[in-house]
Amino acid sequence: MSGNSSYNPTGAVEKWFDERLPILRFSKEHLMDFPTPKNINYWWTFGAVLAFILVIQIVTGIVLAMHYVPNSELAFNSVEAIRRDVNYGRIIQGTHAVGASMFFAAVYIHIFRGLYYGSYKAPREILWILGVVIFVLMMATAFMGYVLPWGQMSFWAATVITNIFAAIPVIGDPILALLRGGFAVDNATLNRFFSLHYLLPFIIAAVVGLHIWALHVPGNNNPVGVEVKSSHDTLPFHPYFTMKDLFVIVVVLIPFAWFVFFAPDILGHPDNYIPADPLLTPPHIVPEWYFLPFYAILRAIDFDMWFISSKLGGVIFFGGSILVLFFVPWLDRSKVRSGNFRPLFRPFFWLFVLNFLMLTYLGAQVAEGIYVLLSKVGTAYYFAYFLIILPIISRVERPAPLPASISESVLGKAEASGEKGQ
Amino acid sequence: MASEATSGTTRRDFLYVATGAVGAVGVGAAVWPLIDQMNPDASVRALASIEFDLAPVGVGESFTITWRGQPIFVRHRTEAEIAEARAVPMEDLKDPATDLERVVEGKEQWLIMIGICTHLGCVPLGQKPSDAKGDYNGWFCPCHGSHYDIAGRIRKGPAPLNLVLPPIEFLSDTIVKVG
Ligand code: HEM
Ligand code: FES
Repeated sequence: MSGNSSYNPTGAVEKWFDERLPILRFSKEHLMDFPTPKNINYWWTFGAVLAFILVIQIVTGIVLAMHYVPNSELAFNSVEAIRRDVNYGRIIQGTHAVGASMFFAAVYIHIFRGLYYGSYKAPREILWILGVVIFVLMMATAFMGYVLPWGQMSFWAATVITNIFAAIPVIGDPILALLRGGFAVDNATLNRFFSLHYLLPFIIAAVVGLHIWALHVPGNNNPVGVEVKSSHDTLPFHPYFTMKDLFVIVVVLIPFAWFVFFAPDILGHPDNYIPADPLLTPPHIVPEWYFLPFYAILRAIDFDMWFISSKLGGVIFFGGSILVLFFVPWLDRSKVRSGNFRPLFRPFFWLFVLNFLMLTYLGAQVAEGIYVLLSKVGTAYYFAYFLIILPIISRVERPAPLPASISESVLGKAEASGEKGQ
Repeated sequence: MASEATSGTTRRDFLYVATGAVGAVGVGAAVWPLIDQMNPDASVRALASIEFDLAPVGVGESFTITWRGQPIFVRHRTEAEIAEARAVPMEDLKDPATDLERVVEGKEQWLIMIGICTHLGCVPLGQKPSDAKGDYNGWFCPCHGSHYDIAGRIRKGPAPLNLVLPPIEFLSDTIVKVG
């Protein structure tokens, strides 16, 4: 999207600088003047919310690492000391722990936005794939971060999740030893998780850079899913969308601050305030809320399929539930992007959202009775949506007529053509 | 020279491939230590074996010790429990093993197993008298609901295998070495 640069270096110094490192030009083009569809709605603000939370996590995390001790004997108490003794430590630690939850809440909104408005479709496949990569890295980061306080849930989450890799035939056990650095989860595991927990957010930041690069090649999708046709369809990013994004960031900060100040532990599990005990599994282990849907899928496979054991089967479905996202651009073959113009797609999409919420609920329940059955149904629909329903409806559906342009969808036909006539 | 150039492969091609191969081996050799450092280190590997005395454990009692950071379940089984374990038909088992295959001959009352669920690694309940023992009167893993019988064999739930037996050796009538 070059060629729309309005950067004119004023003065000799700026000019000299621009010829050597055109970073101001770059910033002006990409952070200020970038042409943005004028019809994007509030669902489009969550990318900015995510970038904001990533910065919060990195800043609070670096501060926590100044006081945290990655040692199995000391870690638990060091986090308690942060919360009790370090100046403002209670708020900084609370912000980091709650921040992880806010991060996932925002990323789920961001992903479902993409699924509804078909933002993964050509020419945005790489953009979407980079997004899924970020999601996977976020999960790894949050999982390893959750292990650091070395409470009961930390320890048993580490045990169960590393064990998932042991289900892989042949190479599973060597991988398990490599992840844990011992015969069981122990100090060695905690140390490497701390190292990687520190590293991964910076990798995420780098992939976010690529994600935005890939966004700025075709530009934003928008609620009607019709590409930008002329400059009438767009507004400059700044100040129109910087202000809108900032507004939503402030709105998001309200529940964020409420959690940090009034209920910093409500999103976590009380058992994580019991120091880790390798000989005693808590009666009911549950992951953090943001992993629950995938955990429900993992547990739903409690039966053998042909030569695949229930354990390996669970792992295949668990991994598959995330891997399938990479293929969505090719599973949904409809040329129409936006769900607004896809009458057949819409009910299945909303059912998918409900099903995802149901799986979240089920992941926190004990694996018994009706919950097991519902988890199986939910898992079946999750996969059916991507592998069967999307490919089929994109063939049989008759989409509603699309507006000729973004301007037309905003202003109506007459006005839009009038505008063109100007 | 001219004939070599037309024949397709040249000395130069050979040198390219050879250089590339040596480079790849070099990179591999440099990367391997960076990966292998993550494997269990010498101090972990040194905790290879432990010995303990069974004498204080009464009939029907259990206790747990740690070996390589993992819980070891020791159970002094009653006659009735041994009989129950032996009576189970092989067709009922997901991971078939007779009771005798899981104990030392002549010491059938002592069941010694690694107390880690073969599903995803939780520690099953059943060592304490007050614990849930599952539907088969043995051990019950609360994480995803695996039931083990009184020989530690998987009977129900997602775990694929029986509780694993550590390498053990009776050094005397009551002294056992694990590892
Ligand atoms: C992608 C962004 C990040 C996410 C999603 C994330 C997530 C988490 C989570 C869920 C916890 C456990 C909090 C608790 O239950 O108490 C945690 C702890 C921790 N994180 Fe992060 N984190 C991120 C970035 C960072 C960064 C950049 C650092 C810098 C070194 C860092 C350092 C720490 C430390 C020292 C702890 C242990 C103290 C504590 O438990 O609060 N984190 N992280
Ligand atoms: S870890 Fe025991 S049932 Fe899953």
